[in-house]
Amino acid sequence: MTTKLFGEPVRRREDARLITGQGRYLDDIGSSAYAAAFLRSPYAHARIVDVDVTAAVDVEGLLAVYTYEDLVGPMAEPLPVLIPHPQLTSPRTGYPLAKDVVHHVGEAVVMVVATDRYVAEDALDKIAVTYEELPVVVGVDAARAAVHAVHDDVPDNVAARHHQETGDVEPALAASPHTLSFTQYFERSAAMPMEGKGVHARWDGDDSSLRVYTSTQASTSVRAAIAAKLQLSLERVEVIAPDVGGGFGVKIVHPWPEELLVPMAARLLGHEVKWSEDRREHFTSSAHERQQRQEVTVGYDDDGRITALDVHIWHDNGAYTPYGIIVPIVTATQLVGPYVVPVYRVQVESVFTNTVIVTPYRGAGRPQGCFAMERAMDRIAQERGLDRAEVRLRNLIQADQFPYDHHLTFQDGRPVVYDSGDYVGLMDKLKALVHWDSFEDRRTEARARGRHLGIGMAMYVEGTGPGPYEGGHVQVLGSGKVLVSTGLTSQGQGHETVFAQLVASELGVPMEDVEVTTGDTRRFGYAVGTFASRAAVMSGNAVALAARGVKEKALRIAADVLEVDPGDLEIDEGLVQVKGTPGASIPLRTVAVLSNPLRYAFDEAAKQATQFAGPGDDSKPPVAAGDAPGLEHTDYYSPVRSTFASGAHAAVVEIDPMTWEIEVVDYAVVHDCGNVVNPMIVEGQVHGGVAQGVGGALYERMAYDRDGQLQNASFMDFLMPYASEVPDVVIDHQETASPLNPLGLKGAGEAGVIPGSAAIASAIEDAVGRRIAAMPISPTELYDLVRSDADQVTNTVGPTNATGAMA
Amino acid sequence: MRSRAMSAVHTERTITVVLNGVPREATVPVRWLLSDALRHEFGLTGTHVGCEHGVCGSCTVLVDGEPTRSCLVLAVQVDGRQVTTVEGLSRPDHQGGQVLHPIQEAFRECHALQCGFCTPGFLTTIAAGLDARDASVEITDEEVDELVGGNLCRCTGYANIKKACRYAAASMREQAAR
Repeated sequence: MTTKLFGEPVRRREDARLITGQGRYLDDIGSSAYAAAFLRSPYAHARIVDVDVTAAVDVEGLLAVYTYEDLVGPMAEPLPVLIPHPQLTSPRTGYPLAKDVVHHVGEAVVMVVATDRYVAEDALDKIAVTYEELPVVVGVDAARAAVHAVHDDVPDNVAARHHQETGDVEPALAASPHTLSFTQYFERSAAMPMEGKGVHARWDGDDSSLRVYTSTQASTSVRAAIAAKLQLSLERVEVIAPDVGGGFGVKIVHPWPEELLVPMAARLLGHEVKWSEDRREHFTSSAHERQQRQEVTVGYDDDGRITALDVHIWHDNGAYTPYGIIVPIVTATQLVGPYVVPVYRVQVESVFTNTVIVTPYRGAGRPQGCFAMERAMDRIAQERGLDRAEVRLRNLIQADQFPYDHHLTFQDGRPVVYDSGDYVGLMDKLKALVHWDSFEDRRTEARARGRHLGIGMAMYVEGTGPGPYEGGHVQVLGSGKVLVSTGLTSQGQGHETVFAQLVASELGVPMEDVEVTTGDTRRFGYAVGTFASRAAVMSGNAVALAARGVKEKALRIAADVLEVDPGDLEIDEGLVQVKGTPGASIPLRTVAVLSNPLRYAFDEAAKQATQFAGPGDDSKPPVAAGDAPGLEHTDYYSPVRSTFASGAHAAVVEIDPMTWEIEVVDYAVVHDCGNVVNPMIVEGQVHGGVAQGVGGALYERMAYDRDGQLQNASFMDFLMPYASEVPDVVIDHQETASPLNPLGLKGAGEAGVIPGSAAIASAIEDAVGRRIAAMPISPTELYDLVRSDADQVTNTVGPTNATGAMA
Repeated sequence: MRSRAMSAVHTERTITVVLNGVPREATVPVRWLLSDALRHEFGLTGTHVGCEHGVCGSCTVLVDGEPTRSCLVLAVQVDGRQVTTVEGLSRPDHQGGQVLHPIQEAFRECHALQCGFCTPGFLTTIAAGLDARDASVEITDEEVDELVGGNLCRCTGYANIKKACRYAAASMREQAAR
């Protein structure tokens, strides 16, 4: 019997190459390529008066210099607004190279191509750009005040006003026994994968075709963008995502200017060209996320049950809106979490600032929404004198209320209808895992050691696996090898392993025989991409359906040969056999050969197949109408709407009252992503997400000054957690299958990060007895908070920090 | 990277390096970082550059056995020295194949990598640390923290990297006991 694979912690097949230095990341490709480098704006807002490249031209080894003036046709037009929305009334995007005005530090102004990167940077040093500085807008509050405009023709700085409501919120609040209101802030962080972006392009002049490698989360879409912008026919362009050193959202944006400019240069120069982003470029010219100002009013009854919720959000979208308003829509719709909210209104103003663009970073607006809702829960608990877990329990959607309709519209334009879940189960497991009810003993023990100990919790529901579709192709070769491809890309999630597990399970073949390719448009042309915790749900189901199609065809062909009914056959370990009748069998690889009526005896497989080949019916064509040669099948999975995963986190923090250092000493996760294909990989995703959640809560922030200069644009100053900052994480699983897809899966990629700031803020409040209204929080800010007379902090906390974005 | 456009500020120098056990000679511009020479001159692309200022540790290689950030060293500085990259951590077996270092095996077994970009730097650093300690003694949590504490990983949250250290130390201890 085939070894059980679905649900097993199968070791990853990617690892063999990655642990020996044999991976193939973007910069490992094209050793003879020319190097591109970019001169980027040093000003956050300025008019370009003059670009003088004369001195650079003398640099030996310089091959080409490009400015906006060199862009032609569609390349000279603004970059696309990928996801338009009727409420995005003032979308703005930049140009591949800046035209007239730069809107943030880091915007590309000039591209040079040279024999190597050292020479290219020599040339950049000699280019003189004259700027006329313009007033700078940094942070949501400055954008909202609109003393200055980021874009001349958008005087109020508002790109979009998004609004959803499920009832008449004002009368509902007026009728509520109690209400409370608060304002809070969430700061910018960024995906910050260890590998920056990068692009390599090779133009084949004889074939008039372009091959582009790019460190992307969406190779099919990059391909379409390049074809459109460079005016090439789609079939002349192939785009491949090689090994990608992490994405976490930033690499879903496309086309990045460099993804167009590097292929453009390769075509013009008739030579390979490569650009590898350096770390400073990544800080100032890729994307950030998370800053919001949130004004929350919540109504509730004597028991702490919510009666109405009114939220107004100002969302910093940076200088441009290439990714539309996906992030604030996600915040607005996911904010309600696992709770019954009888009447809900949310209004979002998405505002321009002279800072790096804001696009999804793991969690994509959810950490902010979770922060709003969970802080409300904690405040209600405090006001009513109730246990924080108890207030949440009283508000949870119950197991018998699914499917549960929130009457909201999700990021994919589909209704927010929770497919399944057991939120009370999550809470029960979390309380047990973290010993919630016996925490006071620990607090007492810590107090005796002179430390403040606090515990906090946060729950979330995460829409995962949005459509519109993904596809899968499965083909069995005469060698017995099974080729699987899907169009979406991989950045470390172990897709080669997981999709092989699924296909081997469905088809009944050894996993070693299965080879998986992702993100290569030569193999699969239709795809959406890897984001929104969707790969396992979307491509997982697609490749499983494709494998089922192959199996059906294999059984039909084998049944013909073995003269039995297909229903009496099974495939096990690559052998098609009659159930319960040993001996009556045919290898799947032989079926693959038989599936093609043209079979020259190139190899043993074809020779073997001839013994099964029947004389054939002279009256029928060799390939029947509606059939096709080959043992392969392509299928697509397209869901009616997203699945909704869920979870509950708890954090225990210990605070040293001498230094106000905050240490997360325990972190507990209860996680429900439906059926689990590979629990080892899911746990790995949770671990990594929690680390990013801790980073976002205590360490990471983009420290823009008032001139729009990013003061901490390096790993020395932007504090990502090392091992010493990440707590041990204990995990408990709950599996509530999704009824929406054949495999019962929900997504798992983002879950770990979502409730981090909410849970840790709750724990710090519990430890020090002061209200926290801005995250992240540093020891200095905590010190300022505990010694201030105010009973709660607002955005004025930490006036000593130079973070213009918070100013 | 083949072209050698030179001006007065950058001349070339020929260096000899024992690279992964094999003497290699190359002529490199004096301003080239070791990381660039390894990747673009010697073709050893397993050494990855994550930050270019010595903070993340992805580019860590062993120079005369010591973990060294190859983005903070010029190629000419390793003239006459031994350099080991991730490609050189495994050892040839007697059947023409390769035997992985115990920490490489442990990373796979413990799911200590996801995207794999930072992995070579962790592997070289931890391998050097494990090789330098008395394998017969059980590894402590403090030793593990020390081995993994200087490198950044954005994917794993480090839990499984620490687990891999313990796993590798245990397997080396078992070896030592034989």
